[in-house]
Amino acid sequence: MNISMLLTMAATGAPDAVAVEHRARRSTYAQLARLSAGGAGIVSREGADSVLFLGVNSTALPVALFAAAAAGVPFVPLNYRLSAEQVRALAGRFQRPLTITDAAEVLDGPGPTYGLQEWVDACSAAEPLASADVDPESIAVLLFTSGTTAEPKAAVLRHRHLVSYVLSTVEFGSAGPDEANLVSVPPYHIAAVANLLTNIYAGRRLVYLDSFSPGAWLDLARASGATHAMLVPTMLARIADHLAERGEPTPGLRSVSYGGARMPQAVLEQVLAAFPDTGFVNAYGLTETSSTIALLGPDDHRAAVASDAPEVRARLGSVGRPVPGVTIAVFDAQGRLCPPGVRGELRVKGPQVAGEYLGGGALLDKDGWFHTRDQAYLDADGYLFVEGRLDDTIIRGGENIAPAEIEETLLAHPQVADAAVVGMADDEWGQRILAYVVPHSTAQPDAEELRSWVRTRLRSSKTPDEVIFRTDLPRTETGKILRRLLHLDTVDSSSGSVS
Amino acid sequence: MPRYSVGERLRSRVSTVEVVVVRASSADLEVTCAGVPVARDGEEMRHQGSGAFAGEETLLGKRYEDQNSGLELLCVVPGSGRLAVAERPLALKSPKPLPSSD
Repeated sequence: MNISMLLTMAATGAPDAVAVEHRARRSTYAQLARLSAGGAGIVSREGADSVLFLGVNSTALPVALFAAAAAGVPFVPLNYRLSAEQVRALAGRFQRPLTITDAAEVLDGPGPTYGLQEWVDACSAAEPLASADVDPESIAVLLFTSGTTAEPKAAVLRHRHLVSYVLSTVEFGSAGPDEANLVSVPPYHIAAVANLLTNIYAGRRLVYLDSFSPGAWLDLARASGATHAMLVPTMLARIADHLAERGEPTPGLRSVSYGGARMPQAVLEQVLAAFPDTGFVNAYGLTETSSTIALLGPDDHRAAVASDAPEVRARLGSVGRPVPGVTIAVFDAQGRLCPPGVRGELRVKGPQVAGEYLGGGALLDKDGWFHTRDQAYLDADGYLFVEGRLDDTIIRGGENIAPAEIEETLLAHPQVADAAVVGMADDEWGQRILAYVVPHSTAQPDAEELRSWVRTRLRSSKTPDEVIFRTDLPRTETGKILRRLLHLDTVDSSSGSVS
Repeated sequence: MPRYSVGERLRSRVSTVEVVVVRASSADLEVTCAGVPVARDGEEMRHQGSGAFAGEETLLGKRYEDQNSGLELLCVVPGSGRLAVAERPLALKSPKPLPSSD
């Protein structure tokens, strides 16, 4: 069983329904299947060992993914914001890649290159590959991790992982004929791969936005009649701000899912108020787990907002409960299972969990668990709370402190637009707490005032030792804070002040 | 008696029906379509019979299960003929809707 079967089924079930639209171009499931079969023919005749995609969301994307799948070679979406040098280094890891990009000048390696439109046209004209049996063990997708700490690693997702994810979370053809999903996550993110596969399988039309801005997203949401969307928290925050500033009507979306980074409580409350008729889904997952492993559904959101019970209200900050087929557990540093409410490392297992990097072998432990390196706890009803990377935990005076809790508190301050908290080596405390704060455009908060704000809400050991004001924070495109870059800034500025 | 593995594709010998094993059974048993044992992955096959069995459609994208053994099949190519094991017809499994997270 391989992922091209998902498209074949969709094309059998609803050949003439629109599968994907980008600008004026619309393709039905039957057309998408035909283009992909043609693409597989090209990949096979070229003897390519991989299909690299360096471009924006467009019709060329699903055609590239399904062509690679049907030809039995990995699909490798690359980050179009990387430098030419970085792209060449990643492409250089393949012997004979077929590359689809409108920026061919950045490549100098072997293998054929197609522009995005040129690729779709070539697939349309090409002799289709007769359907081949692709081993479910073979690699479907390679995704390079953001490489914030070291050389980028390629996470391996095999056909069986992705198919397991789709089959356990989506019912075939379950979308209504009017449903459409507005896609604005970049193609090189696991959310984009999962989005493509599950919406094709559900029979939900994909509407591609190739370049995100809040205004463009809102315009397309209204014009396309989108009923569903997936966004990262920073995008949602910008959309809610835009709506508030312009006083424009909210588009009538039925369902919005968010994930890819931690959603600050203050932002979520603003977003829920801006979209009163929309059901929200918080999806938590990792590249290594084929996307979503836990979700907090619309009913959970509504129950939390309406509840007076603190433990139910707190679930707005939860990522919900595991999806079918996935087992989760929290372990302490000694490898013992944590009871509810006790923090530890989140581990996960199930048929969609790959936990493997190219050239690095499987990372699952002897009991089949993938160690996420995320700090988490479960509440008494099994709701999962994820607090960030274990590696980001600050150890101050022997106490383990999660930056997320201090960040949430700072973000609740009316003058704070954004905040990131990191630990810095300190002779006395082991680490001291630095808070990087972006004030709202018109605000001029006082550092002492913010420290006291945190001290009265948390406790003195969690009070930032230092507050540093910034005009923005370095983030990945899904909104994860690049803490290493904050550190670099600090080292630079402190060495500057010494000299 | 065969033991099917997850991901294995089974084809009807008497109609267009093809299914994929999504959950393996706890015991060895043989899947039939319209009473005729199905062909397994990689098996040479010649179609036999008419391919039409009134009122016994196997539907695309639907899951069929045998509660006794835990076997669950997903129909990937629809067609005629009822799926069964040990002369027990497989039951159509009703979906448990999950909110869309993608």
